[in-house]
Amino acid sequence: MNLSRKWLTEFVDGVSVSDIDDREFSEAMTLSGSKVETYEDMGAEISNVLVGKILSMEKHPDSDHMWICQIDIGQAEPVQIVTGAWNIHAGDLVPAALHNSLLPGGKKITKGKLRGVLSNGMLCSLKELNLDERDFPYGVISAAALLNDYHPLDKDKPSIPADIKAGDKVFGPVIAAAVTAVENAGINLWKCTLSTGDGSAVVETACQNIHVSDIAAYNTKSESICTLDDLHAQQAEFPHCIPDGIFVLHEDGIKPGDDIKPIIGADDHVVEFEITPNRPDCLSVIGLAREAAATFGKELKTHEPVVKGGADGVLTELLSVETPAADLCPRYTARMVRNVKIAPSPKWMRERLRAMGVRPINNIVDITNYVMMEYGQPMHAFDYRYVKGGRIIVRRAYEGEELTTLDGNVRKLNPNILVIADDTRAVGLAGIMGGENSEIVSDTVDVVFESANFDGTCIRKGALSLGMRTEASAKFEKGLDPLNTLPAVNRACELVEMLGAGEVVDGVIDIVNNIPEPTVLALRPDKINALLGTDVSTETMQDILRSLQFGVDGETISVPSWRGDVGHYSDLAEEVARFYGYNNIPCTLVSGESTLGGYSDEQLLEQRLGSLCRAAGYDEIITYSFISPTYYDKIRMPADSPERESFKILNPLGEDTSIMRTTTLPSMLEILTRNYNFRNKEVKLYELGRTYHLGGKDGLAIEKKYLTLGTYGAKVNFFTVKGLVEAIMKDLRAESVRFEACTDNPSYHPGRCATVWAGDECIGVFGQIHPLVAANYGVDTELYCAELSLEKLLGACGPDPIYTPLPKFPAVTRDIAVVCDKAIPVAKLIDCISKAGGKYLKGCSLFDIYTGSHIADGKKSVAFSLTLRADNQTLTDDHAEETMKAVLDALERDFGASMR
Amino acid sequence: MKALMNQLRESAVKAILNADSPENLEALRVKYLGKKGELTAILKQMGKLSAEERPVMGQLANQIRTELESAIDETRKKLEAAALEARLELETVDVTVPGEDIRFGHKHPMYKALDEIKEIFVGMGFTVLDGPEVELATYNFDKLNAEEGHPSRDWSDTFYFDKDSRVMLRSQTSPMQVRAMETMKLPIRIVAPGRVYRKDEVDATHSPMFHQVEGMVIDKNVTMADLKGTLNLVMQELFGEGTVTRFRPHHFPFTEPSCEMDVQCHKCGGKGCPTCKGEGWIEVLGAGMIHPKVLEMSGIDSEEYTGWAFGMGLERLAMRRFKISDLRLIFENDVRFLEQF
Repeated sequence: MNLSRKWLTEFVDGVSVSDIDDREFSEAMTLSGSKVETYEDMGAEISNVLVGKILSMEKHPDSDHMWICQIDIGQAEPVQIVTGAWNIHAGDLVPAALHNSLLPGGKKITKGKLRGVLSNGMLCSLKELNLDERDFPYGVISAAALLNDYHPLDKDKPSIPADIKAGDKVFGPVIAAAVTAVENAGINLWKCTLSTGDGSAVVETACQNIHVSDIAAYNTKSESICTLDDLHAQQAEFPHCIPDGIFVLHEDGIKPGDDIKPIIGADDHVVEFEITPNRPDCLSVIGLAREAAATFGKELKTHEPVVKGGADGVLTELLSVETPAADLCPRYTARMVRNVKIAPSPKWMRERLRAMGVRPINNIVDITNYVMMEYGQPMHAFDYRYVKGGRIIVRRAYEGEELTTLDGNVRKLNPNILVIADDTRAVGLAGIMGGENSEIVSDTVDVVFESANFDGTCIRKGALSLGMRTEASAKFEKGLDPLNTLPAVNRACELVEMLGAGEVVDGVIDIVNNIPEPTVLALRPDKINALLGTDVSTETMQDILRSLQFGVDGETISVPSWRGDVGHYSDLAEEVARFYGYNNIPCTLVSGESTLGGYSDEQLLEQRLGSLCRAAGYDEIITYSFISPTYYDKIRMPADSPERESFKILNPLGEDTSIMRTTTLPSMLEILTRNYNFRNKEVKLYELGRTYHLGGKDGLAIEKKYLTLGTYGAKVNFFTVKGLVEAIMKDLRAESVRFEACTDNPSYHPGRCATVWAGDECIGVFGQIHPLVAANYGVDTELYCAELSLEKLLGACGPDPIYTPLPKFPAVTRDIAVVCDKAIPVAKLIDCISKAGGKYLKGCSLFDIYTGSHIADGKKSVAFSLTLRADNQTLTDDHAEETMKAVLDALERDFGASMR
Repeated sequence: MKALMNQLRESAVKAILNADSPENLEALRVKYLGKKGELTAILKQMGKLSAEERPVMGQLANQIRTELESAIDETRKKLEAAALEARLELETVDVTVPGEDIRFGHKHPMYKALDEIKEIFVGMGFTVLDGPEVELATYNFDKLNAEEGHPSRDWSDTFYFDKDSRVMLRSQTSPMQVRAMETMKLPIRIVAPGRVYRKDEVDATHSPMFHQVEGMVIDKNVTMADLKGTLNLVMQELFGEGTVTRFRPHHFPFTEPSCEMDVQCHKCGGKGCPTCKGEGWIEVLGAGMIHPKVLEMSGIDSEEYTGWAFGMGLERLAMRRFKISDLRLIFENDVRFLEQF
């Protein structure tokens, strides 16, 4: 919501820019609850641009198009400025950007020479002042086709001879005519005396580029000066006869030397507010004025619109209103204006609209926008001609009904959308946008002003379903004050009379279907202080509420109709707090019963796992919980896998984020791939994330947490990942941990994949990603991943450690190497050794596996280092030999393994 | 004999002191003091001496032995010191050669920031809660006073799993307030961090998935002053002592009064700069006193109990904490980014 600070001063004294600068104003408004996003000095980019009066113009001696102008800028000496524009004349008032001036867009103007002639600045066009013809409708420039500016497209075949002179025929009734005198005949109107060779003519024209000694094309039949269009000429043929030029000022009471800023409305400051959805009343100048008055302790100057009325006709005979959809239209208020004269609205109104970010159109449309800005009440104006039968019907649209809205789009409607209709058809979308069929046009004579209150949800859903959120719908959807419709429509009529835009018919049509009872609340000062932790007096509370126009009768508070958000003592507490000052509320700490707080076991496990992974060099990642359904294909999940049953988002941002993952693997692979593509060489990643499965309570998901590992790099292999998995299981003191080859997980390499178990619980899976999966991701290296269930890890956590005494006697180590079948898993050999080793065997570690020369095909050599120790004495050689023999015998017996 | 002995003494001491290696020194020891050494050889001739001369000569011999031994000792120490010196020199390394490559992993910056916050609140007796991300609209909206028709319920803003808009991805961590109120005993002090989801296209400041942390206190006599005091303290811990904060009125359906909390811009000290977009303040969280209706909907007597709650976006916090310029970096997970934290 933009606010013109000039407009604000109409309702509150002492808050103009000169009283309070933008920053201070914004800070105070923000702290009282109207958050300021930005503020802007509309003229900040313009400086040293003054009104200049053109005293004289002479042609530049070295240019075919430039003028040297002497400009009176209210000082003793005129300044000389050179311009290429042709639309000016001696006596015109124009914006003159002097030496060292600034123009919008950061443009700096300095003096300089133009083809050898000194120019002390620049005369400005509308565009150069960041304006356009909508801001100054009289700034439209039209150009005559001047034959002295003719440049043939083809030099060899000119359509007009270079030596053309007065009286020569151009074509048909058009002849060349020399301009002998030019005299002003009103705004954008010039009386030109022409020499037609053998005679003369006097003609009035709107073309502004004509000067004495020009040669014009004169149509003897229509007695008019021809434009380019009249000659069917192209712009390139008349390069300087363009509908552009200097902005010639026609404002009352201005004189040479005046600052241009107030004249073009650039002396206003605009503050942009972020209004929260509970305060639609603040989407208006009056609403913000109310807040500003309370914030700065000033009086709010309200205004009761006064309408003279008196136009011909009886309103009820001219117009009737029905509201069959009464539930969606709590109130419908309308008035009529006759004999409308469509014209541009006055400058002050255009400036205010412009400051608020609204484009001026014409007086009637501008009035509706002006009232919407001022009162926060959206208004609509219909051309009465097109309200068939003089009946307005507020109804639900028919299924499939069509309406072309003001923006030219055809809208297909349905019964959830509320329309304004006449006897035969819809003429507007209620609260959203008018219809093209009843639009105000230049010959509109009679106008109906609608000022209605519609159901917010209906408007919001309607606008949303049609994809056309408008300024009006944005206001309606928040729920407006039904008491505002009457003052708003009266204000519109008052403005019509003020602008002389038409005659207002007496009376108002006002259908009231539902106006809620005023809210009355008890103040409860003690409760408010207890809630805020303050000690604000009842009187202060009452003053604050009074300043916001609440009715205060002792501790009985009547809530104003526009404050639909206030319905509870806590709402009153907020009003008190806002103006007492949030920052004046003390800072205390929560008293009362103390609580222990802390983390759950699962959260502690997550922290522990994170530390372990980081200690092993793994970086933490965060990935999206939603994935594309095609990701299941990428990881080769079987088409009939129940794991494909995912929560599907019905309104996803895109396919890529449309289902909730049932596995974290694709997310990890995605990130590994990204890093691979970034050419990161060594990558170790972990994520503690969730998967989402069908079948939870209340239709919710079963959300499972996983620790996912992912790695690749020169030194990475299956055992890198296994090492970390083992270390984690060890750190958690998991018991009965074992690993099993897993050959049937389609995402993993069938020969390099294992499941990890603690007792009977499968904790997870890990291994090398299947080369086909890696290929699906476009990765040409070995990727390794692990997926471990957090729930299972938590279950596998072993008991707290209990100290075992340290050995008192020394240990001996013996190394053995045995040759056995290649297929025999090392884990089985170790198992066998452990069992056979008896009480002296305290440790067995693998240190080498060898195949190759000296080892028969299909065999391997496996070497272990055994640690032997007796608990109660130094181990004797005999005992050691005995143990080693038992171990070797067992290996031989169970696996046919022989000493190497 | 005496002359012989003195001669021996002189030459031996000289030789010993000049020994240039331990082997050499040992050879000299054997030569002079060994069983077949020169001193022994002289002493063997003692028998030929008179009874008066013998003790004198014996004494002299012992004296010479002691003298030689101490010379040997001295020389040995000298040689050892030299040898050690030589060894140390040989062993000298270039200390500027980089150390062995030990690489720890890195916590994600977002969780780094989150963990700090959790620690602060746990220290104040808050319990950390986890909750479902696939959530019921009842918890995400209805019981938080965001009735049917609230704009945030639109399909353009929130992700839904069914046509009736019943099951959704939580758009805030606030449903954890309701879940806590429904399941926990009073008084309640909780923080609930987690993922939340909104239908925002990915750009430098938006992501359809992001993180929030919710906090809530419900007890008798809880005031807005407590809310301010607690959050102020948290900001001091998070951004350093002397951090200046301010509270602005705002609106949330489930709190009344509601506020937003700003921290004074650390860069310009409140004067206004590009970091704070000229405002001098940076918004950090939304908070307020729990709406009495919300308490009542979860079965808590709002006349007896009051409470406050806050919700804070974590990405923005982490981004500010570590001066991360683009939100997309957070979810891109490039190790060159991750390794910086």
